[in-house]
Amino acid sequence: MSLFLFLTFVALLSALGVVLAKNPVHSVLFLILTFFTLSGHYLLLNAQFLAAVNIIVYAGAIMVLFLFVIMFLNLNEATEPKKPLLAKVAATIAGGSLLLIMVAAMRNVAPAGYDAATFNSQVGMVDKLGLVLFQQYQLPFELASILLLAAMVGSVMLGKRETGERNF
Amino acid sequence: MTFETLGWQGLVILVVFGLSLLIATYCTYAERVIAAFMQDRVGPDRAGPYGLAQPLADAVKMFTKEEFFPGGASKTLFTLGPCLAMTTALMSSAVIPFGNAMKFGDTSVHLQGIEVNVGMLYIFGVVSLGVYGVMIGGWASNNKFSLLGAIRAASQNISYELAMGLALIAVLMISGTLSLREITLQQTNPGAWHFGDIFAWNVFKQPIGFIIFLVCAFAETNRTPFDLPECETELVGGYHTEYSSMKLGLYLFSEYINILVVTAVMSVLYFGGFNYPFQYEFLDFLSNKAGLSADWAHNIFVLMGVVAMFMKIFMGIFFFMWVRWTLPRFRYDQLMRLGWTILIPLAIFNILLTGGLITTGIIK
Repeated sequence: MSLFLFLTFVALLSALGVVLAKNPVHSVLFLILTFFTLSGHYLLLNAQFLAAVNIIVYAGAIMVLFLFVIMFLNLNEATEPKKPLLAKVAATIAGGSLLLIMVAAMRNVAPAGYDAATFNSQVGMVDKLGLVLFQQYQLPFELASILLLAAMVGSVMLGKRETGERNF
Repeated sequence: MTFETLGWQGLVILVVFGLSLLIATYCTYAERVIAAFMQDRVGPDRAGPYGLAQPLADAVKMFTKEEFFPGGASKTLFTLGPCLAMTTALMSSAVIPFGNAMKFGDTSVHLQGIEVNVGMLYIFGVVSLGVYGVMIGGWASNNKFSLLGAIRAASQNISYELAMGLALIAVLMISGTLSLREITLQQTNPGAWHFGDIFAWNVFKQPIGFIIFLVCAFAETNRTPFDLPECETELVGGYHTEYSSMKLGLYLFSEYINILVVTAVMSVLYFGGFNYPFQYEFLDFLSNKAGLSADWAHNIFVLMGVVAMFMKIFMGIFFFMWVRWTLPRFRYDQLMRLGWTILIPLAIFNILLTGGLITTGIIK
């Protein structure tokens, strides 16, 4: 329990850091820390596979690319676009109402309890997860892979050099 | 887990930690001695007998140098860079099985930091985090050569991680488990005694996968012929151009720890880990002819496995150094082309081939 509270505390703190940090590189680093604490939560839930994959995919690959792009862009306060006051007010109201709706919707939700006697603690292990994915949820799994394939083909098409174009 | 086994496990973790630091220290010495041998020079021989105290002298030099922060650099991130590089390098040796389980009466001690059933993914995750140390350090230096080195390191690591992961999938298809201990235990054939035991090693079932993994290992550890992130002819010193004192030392040191870890992983995945030829004859000799108690015979047998594992690791490290002083550096576009257009398709072909061989029952 104390570990859970600690992880939650760090997760919330670093998530706030993502939004509040002035420097975009610091924001990215806070986001990586957030992913680590989320992986810690997965470990507490006995989902080792999900924890490892979360680190590999999000912290190890996607955030490296984020950092990569941000380092190239040379963002600082001088180049930061200034938004008009109206846009800021509108964004605050929109975000606040989204929060209100979410709190209102979640307020009366009771978490579905689990029965400790029948609960299978091995459910998050990699072999169990594989069996569930490839038997019970095979169609959604394959559809997700087609979606990823389409995204991949699209990015290759966008990145492809046109005839006669020189990239460097 | 009882308190006693927890204590033993803690001891094992400490020993693994100390050993990886010690081996990395002497890698710096070995690299210079091997370089000297290959170039027909004498090499370090002043400090201590055969220059064996050279790493100590280097450490004293590193610690007493001036710590320098470049102007306009972010001080926190500049310090965080080498720390992260070192931490991620040291984290990965936690799940490597350096030996089988030792027996002391009722307690059995696994010669492995932590036994997790996603060991392979853990290694992969920690390796993919290794690039942050380089990227943060390179960016925080506020120097364009450092930044270019960092960017090169990042794109190189991401590109070669893919091929490495695909090579690992083929191993996974044969072993059916992600636990490195299980993978090691599968790579022996108690029925076939004698020298034939080594044909149970994965390298004989996965020759293509092994070569892909080897090439990717060179790229992931930023070693020649893929040391583009610190290519001195183009980038001064790459991502650690601005670093001095022990911060530079940590960067250089983490490279050697990475080599140690990657060769350890290679010997676990492809060279049978702590298995060695004639091991069952040896166990038979110890328990039946040498007149030892069952526990002691087993323990000596396991310790020989640890020796075998470290011999494999040292061979791997020697191979890394051998290649460094043999092959010239690639050009950056050649590196990218090799990764994306040769290694990844080859790895996918290897997965298909492995799948085909498993379904036809040729390899199990």
